[in-house]
Amino acid sequence: MKLTLRIWRQASPEAKGKMQSYVLDDVEPDMSFLEMLDVLNEKLVIDGKDPVSFDHDCREGICGSCGMVINGNAHGPQQYTTTCQLHMRHFDDGDTIDIEPWRARAFPVVKDLVVDRSAFDEIIKSGGYISVNTGSAPEAHAIPVDKVSADDAFDAATCIGCGACVAACPNGSSMLFTAAKVTHLGLLPQGQPERQTRAINMLAKQDELDFGGCTNVGACHEVCPKGIPLASIAQLNHDVLGATLTGARSD
Amino acid sequence: MSELQQEPTAVQGEGRYVLGDPIGDTRAPDSPIADRWSDRKFSARLVNPANRRKMSVIVVGTGLAGAAAAATLGEAGYNVKSFCYQDSPRRAHSIAAQGGINAAKNYRYDGDSIHRLFYDTVKGGDFRSRESNVHRLAEVSLNIIDQCVAQGVPFAREYSGLLDTRSFGGTQVSRTFYARGQTGQQLLLGAYQALERQVHAGTVEVHPRTEMLDLIVVDGKARGIVTRNLFTGQLDTHLADVVILCSGGYGNVYYLSTNAKGSNVTAAWRAHKRGALFANPCYTQIHPTCIPVSGEYQSKLTLMSESLRNDGRVWVPKECGDDRDPNDIPEDERDYYLERQYPAFGNLVPRDIASRAAKNMCDAEHGVGPSGLGVYLDFKDAIERLGRSAVEAKYGNLFEMYERITGDDPYETPMRIYPAIHYTMGGLWVDYDLRSTIPGLFVGGEANFSDHGANRLGASALMQGLSDGYFVLPTTVADYLADAPFDEVPQDHPAVQEAVDATRARIDKLLSANGHRTVDSFHRELGQLVWDQCGMARSKEGLEKALDRIPSLREEFWRDVKIVGTGDGFNQSLEKAGRVADFMELAELMCIDALHREESCGGHFRVESQTEDGEAQRDDENFSYVAAWEYAGDNQRPVLHKEDLEFSYVHPTQRSYK
Repeated sequence: MKLTLRIWRQASPEAKGKMQSYVLDDVEPDMSFLEMLDVLNEKLVIDGKDPVSFDHDCREGICGSCGMVINGNAHGPQQYTTTCQLHMRHFDDGDTIDIEPWRARAFPVVKDLVVDRSAFDEIIKSGGYISVNTGSAPEAHAIPVDKVSADDAFDAATCIGCGACVAACPNGSSMLFTAAKVTHLGLLPQGQPERQTRAINMLAKQDELDFGGCTNVGACHEVCPKGIPLASIAQLNHDVLGATLTGARSD
Repeated sequence: MSELQQEPTAVQGEGRYVLGDPIGDTRAPDSPIADRWSDRKFSARLVNPANRRKMSVIVVGTGLAGAAAAATLGEAGYNVKSFCYQDSPRRAHSIAAQGGINAAKNYRYDGDSIHRLFYDTVKGGDFRSRESNVHRLAEVSLNIIDQCVAQGVPFAREYSGLLDTRSFGGTQVSRTFYARGQTGQQLLLGAYQALERQVHAGTVEVHPRTEMLDLIVVDGKARGIVTRNLFTGQLDTHLADVVILCSGGYGNVYYLSTNAKGSNVTAAWRAHKRGALFANPCYTQIHPTCIPVSGEYQSKLTLMSESLRNDGRVWVPKECGDDRDPNDIPEDERDYYLERQYPAFGNLVPRDIASRAAKNMCDAEHGVGPSGLGVYLDFKDAIERLGRSAVEAKYGNLFEMYERITGDDPYETPMRIYPAIHYTMGGLWVDYDLRSTIPGLFVGGEANFSDHGANRLGASALMQGLSDGYFVLPTTVADYLADAPFDEVPQDHPAVQEAVDATRARIDKLLSANGHRTVDSFHRELGQLVWDQCGMARSKEGLEKALDRIPSLREEFWRDVKIVGTGDGFNQSLEKAGRVADFMELAELMCIDALHREESCGGHFRVESQTEDGEAQRDDENFSYVAAWEYAGDNQRPVLHKEDLEFSYVHPTQRSYK
């Protein structure tokens, strides 16, 4: 099929970017979206033009590297699907496709469709863990975990850190990302000792970075390729409130 | 070790390599096997906590082995610098592992034990791994599960609240712990979080989007690395008392594999060229159930979990070139070839056997799909027997993934599958302490060769990565650092300058070729060549052919590659080009290794060495050794050092699954 691509091109973080059009006339329906961009890049290189930069790695929907806004939707039209798993059969011959990077103040553009998501690492660094040194763990069966909590913790833990939630949020908030980690660890008995300080520290860090605040719009959940439950945010707010009431101190 | 002793005695590959000294010492204690790791831990020297902060450690790679090692060494108080090419350490390719992690917990009371895990792993590796290392792996497996649970890894649980396990290929016990189909992700996030905790504590400094391009060796010791900042293009040097490589496997030499697009051999290969031996490069694992290639543009292959073979039946049409819709092919015109050839194990034969059988069917023109490179994996009988909802409960997410990629609904029409490269057992040679042959250079995880012999069992890669990272390296690295801190290396030391200059020259050379072909087009050609001649089946003739072609392809690459842009800034084509250049060199060594090993073992199948009924035929008399290759210089023949394998606890037998 023949497609017109309008792609955000920006040479460097400082440079001014713009949408640029390209026509591809030999796109196969079985190609993945990124393979379609590979084909474009091969052509650009042969013509001596700078290929389009985009992040990608595992190409099986789990590493969280890829992510672009496709026709206004983070990761494109198919639900629960990362950009790398989106295939061209979901588009029609003659379509024009707009491709842009994540748009959020906390994720500055590095080049073309590549953004800097190191702010996510900062949030995890501020408390997204259970403090247990190697070798100090008790026997794994010493603490049973009820199956419902274990399953719910797992659902929250499946976050791949792609940043679609931030890109889709009108406030550019990372609330779903932060909440997913707080929920994952807070539902497990192993996570209880640090539960409240974790919640307030991670929230404080998120606010300190360039993320916006959460106003319960819910767009984050809609675009999340892993379907992280919106209830995670309620869990985060619950833990923060608990911390406030008990006077848990942030460090 | 570089003394050349004699010309090779093997007939095949003669003239392509030189035989060097054998490797005598692997540093394993001499005690009974179950005591070796305890003895080694006790004999390992310790470093006073107050002195640790004066010592510096570089860890390259943030997968399970690298993140775990960096976090644990940080906790101990060393100064750690951690490097990865991804934009965050959380994205290393360990994240994509689906199935699970083995541990000899024996929670099922089904006869499992450390010794049984040890036994299964040595046997599964087709008797080409080192007993001492494998036993330690089995011992440490218990601690790994404890550690991960304490970190909050949400493993699958039963209603009792206790951990659930499942069975995997090559074993008769249920010892695989899992977190739905995302075990690798959950374990890696556990290690990543432990790492970020140390970043917060100030013991670890993480350098994402930073690629190691050379190893700095000063006075015979590994003392640092040369890196390129992938954002800015800047070359930097980082110096330390010890360097640990956990940079993963080299499956992307085949271009199409289940590895991440960025997975590469560069860190390991640079270390090899600086003097580290590279062991068993021809041992590669091919996974039988991947989604077939759909066109020229294909960029990677996706694995479908091995668990599907529990209920799916593999078949091809009996008639060559039958291109009818599979649902129109009647039962008596289908060949359920695995059930026919291996009645005892049927569709659940090990990975290497299932892969080869699929290839044989396609070679005989029974393959299905547009390319003819595919076989059916059919769930019709399972759906009839168990009901659609039961099949959905078991495999729903895999069926969805299949449909997302292929557009076909596996509930209605059989899946099409074909084997793909999935893991590499070979890697940098290490001793029992995971030391390479360069003092101060340690290697962990898939980047080393140590534990899986010629074939890795399912759910053992995660176990090995975490064993190396959390438990082995922190002990053995401390023992090495007991002699540190070493003399300070000035930034203007000639060895540092030489490494930086060599790196810059390489980049300049790549950029200046300004030829006619893209990096990917060279990578595809190389991958196809290695896949055809050094893939599922290898022959003397084919390997010779590949060895004749690779040097000319390499020459063409350096002369005719086209990279747009400069080295000063973000340039993904340049990144790829550097990696492909190293694959071009590795491919030659793989083929030499495959050519010299005139036996079939595990994932290495030499067509000349098979039983009457077409099964792999090992040759223990002549090949019961690790082939560790020394780099002897550009355009020089590599030098083979043999490490003889001794089996005192598990007696080698011929595998049979009939």
